[in-house]
Amino acid sequence: MPALLEVQNLKTHYRLGGWLSRRRILRAVDGVDLTLKSQQTLAVVGESGSGKTTLGRTILRLLEPTEGRIVLDGQDISRLSQPRLRPLRRRMQIVFQHPYASLNPRKRVGQIVAQPLRIHQVPGDHRRQVAELLERVGLPASAADHYPHEFSGGQRQRIAIARALALRPDLIVLDEITSGLDATVKLRVLALLRELQADFRLAYLFISHDLSVVRSLSDRVAVMYLGRIVEEAPTEMLFERPLHPYTQVLKASIPEPANRGSWNPPVLVGDAPSPVNIPPGCRFHPRCPLAQAVCREAEPELRELAPGRRVACHLAEAPPVLARDDVSA
Amino acid sequence: MNSKLLGGVVIGLLLCLAALLAPWLTPRDPNRQDLSAIRRPPVWMGGAWDHPLGTDSLGRDLLSRLLWSARVAVVVAIGATLCAAVIGTPVGLVSGYFRGRVDTILMRVVDVWMSIPAVLLAIALMAVLGVGLLKVILAIVLVDWTRFARVIRGEVLALREREFVEASRAIGLGPFRIMAEELLPNLVPLLIVLASLEMAIAVGVEALLSFVGLGVEAAVPSWGSMIAEGRGYLLVGWWGMTLPMLALVVTVVGFNLLGEGLRERLDPRLRTEAAR
Amino acid sequence: MLLQVKDLTVRYGEHVAVWDAGFTLGEGEVLGLVGESGAGKSTVGRALLRLVPEPGRIVSGAITFKGRDLLPLSEAELRALRGAEIALIPQDPLAALNPAFRIGLQATDALALHRGLSRREGQGVMARLLARMGIPDPEDALRRYPHELSGGMRQRVLIAIAFSCGPSLLIADEPTTSLDVTTQAQILRLLAGLRSETGVATCFITHDLGIVAHLTHRVAILYAGCLVEQAPTETILAAPRHPYTRALVRSLPLDGLMPALRESPRACPFSHRCPERMAICDTAHPPVKTVGAGHQVACHLY
Repeated sequence: MPALLEVQNLKTHYRLGGWLSRRRILRAVDGVDLTLKSQQTLAVVGESGSGKTTLGRTILRLLEPTEGRIVLDGQDISRLSQPRLRPLRRRMQIVFQHPYASLNPRKRVGQIVAQPLRIHQVPGDHRRQVAELLERVGLPASAADHYPHEFSGGQRQRIAIARALALRPDLIVLDEITSGLDATVKLRVLALLRELQADFRLAYLFISHDLSVVRSLSDRVAVMYLGRIVEEAPTEMLFERPLHPYTQVLKASIPEPANRGSWNPPVLVGDAPSPVNIPPGCRFHPRCPLAQAVCREAEPELRELAPGRRVACHLAEAPPVLARDDVSA
Repeated sequence: MNSKLLGGVVIGLLLCLAALLAPWLTPRDPNRQDLSAIRRPPVWMGGAWDHPLGTDSLGRDLLSRLLWSARVAVVVAIGATLCAAVIGTPVGLVSGYFRGRVDTILMRVVDVWMSIPAVLLAIALMAVLGVGLLKVILAIVLVDWTRFARVIRGEVLALREREFVEASRAIGLGPFRIMAEELLPNLVPLLIVLASLEMAIAVGVEALLSFVGLGVEAAVPSWGSMIAEGRGYLLVGWWGMTLPMLALVVTVVGFNLLGEGLRERLDPRLRTEAAR
Repeated sequence: MLLQVKDLTVRYGEHVAVWDAGFTLGEGEVLGLVGESGAGKSTVGRALLRLVPEPGRIVSGAITFKGRDLLPLSEAELRALRGAEIALIPQDPLAALNPAFRIGLQATDALALHRGLSRREGQGVMARLLARMGIPDPEDALRRYPHELSGGMRQRVLIAIAFSCGPSLLIADEPTTSLDVTTQAQILRLLAGLRSETGVATCFITHDLGIVAHLTHRVAILYAGCLVEQAPTETILAAPRHPYTRALVRSLPLDGLMPALRESPRACPFSHRCPERMAICDTAHPPVKTVGAGHQVACHLY
């Protein structure tokens, strides 16, 4: 199957400072390669400062890439002008993190969901299409006449999903869409996304900080650290045997209810450095419990260890085991 | 409705009524001089009912002149505010939305503009333009459009970071449609507040220009020119200056109350959104 | 019993935030208060400190701490308790610190107030505490302003403040919600360590069952202001009885929304989302029943 989306060596850098302060470069996304096949889900996981959100927005050209290529269905869109990009926006949509901020508070839900239809002059009765979309995401058609503030967080996220679906895109970027939702509501939204993926033949780029949410929705997972992918693998493989030390730490940091009494999160040194000040060598080495001399000197390539499994770690072939001790009440 | 808003609305309505109904409320021509009845006192000070608020030094009926002046005030307030908003809002939108070089250039222009004292600029403009109602409006607009540009820009800078703006970019909306369809509706409450405060300023500036003789034509009654005329006779007929001053103060306070009241009611930054 | 809460009801104007909640906390015990946003868990935590924000009001009930009812106490008596006997670790470390003052000054407030230490002595105590919490250069941290520290460091500072006066009850209000996963793990590890060292009884407010599993002895589940189930943590995880708890523990998606209570409930607040709804659920609020050792449920099924 050909790739729907191919990203090659993508970089998004910002210039900070200027006249009064020292000029610095913030390397939010710093050389990302990834491939997403149609109707598949690729999760991009990382903590704050990893660049995952910037990556999603750069792929949609809501932010301008500094370097690299973004190929959507064979067409390089990384240098297209915004007006020439506009027709392509039908094919790629986004759902944002904050359901309270992503819907214009002064518009009715009907107008919000119909807006993409109107902008792209989709033929047909927009009122009817909006009603169908709302029902498809589990809201009554009468929701169209109400304002966003009349809905709960989960319902607003459904409205945002309906808007993203309106143009029948091939790709939807889901940016932390479950992070503000309560557990039971979160599960409902994830279930809806799975249904919609099959019905609308969607590919998702699922951006999240929450590994456990990612597990239930994605085919593949890419782990980002300070602007780069450090590991990418099919979901189950990644969860069963994470190879990069950062992935191991990330996974072990989640307190799972199942293993009560035997949770032992590994100790990480310090906090993540800022993307303004990326360490030389492997960018994880100052915090890595396994770092060795080579890690301080050379940046490891993201290389294929097994089919579909890429890791950027010098020690990936023979990883030592992390030392741990237990945390319990 | 809060008490500020109520006060503002009542004063505003009274002013508009006075302006609209001036020809019917006043049986007299505001400009008819009657040298046999100069500086008559108001009724409560022993004057007669044919001049309820007395007359000025040319024997013109003060009540009639006050009411007709309200017309000037209302026309200037609404006209100047509308025009200033129509010029200032797009500048603020463009500046705040595009940021970068566009913003720098536009805001430097605004800075320079605002660094000239407003009153000085208005007087200088009137001296060049000559007197007249339309020219007064023009002068006020030229002085005050920057106020709208500045405040709107600040609000747009904050609004454009909201995700719904990014959402409409993701849908494929161009920058100018985003400004018109997404940002402008969210600016309406702020614009309403700004406009009522601007009206207070416009009325004040018009009175000032008329006071120094650079306002509306001499034949048109205006509170500013009435104050100027009454000034010379303060000791022999205090009402000639004090009554128009009172009308001016009440009007300015009224518009300010309206603005403050509307701000409390509409401004999202002062309102705790129930949905949050 | 260190703390005994009986029939606690808190209102925010029309809205009932907590209704008729009762639970106890023994010396050295950790209780998890679990619920989704708006369930009333933070309100319970604030009520224990008598710090329910305006227009909230404790309408009825009793909070007995070390044999003393807190509700009739004067502001001055409460101030002597807060920070000394009962300490709070807040949810948002940035909001909890005053941006205008250095950490050192804010961190020593409690010590100065309750222990009569001078700022210099207080700084010494704080520096030792921070060093024990794995902050490499505590003197330097104390000289900084809140925005100069990372989220994890700020939360460490707030934990140190909470522990500084040796409280006998700690209220941790979602102390790791705003942090990244790896930072959260470090903070939880630290909290667990400090807690077992000091043996402080803790009320841990969270929505995360993973945290509950690893840090608590007992759990109380709140739903729409009502305490629907409480039991030892093992029991909650292995054999939850209330249908809402079951959905939480077994990660079952639920339709519908949590209602907002406006008056004394006349039905089970969970009934319209409940997979096991019966006729009685819509007509009567279920009373609390004991179904096992230390296990109470408010559900008509039992």
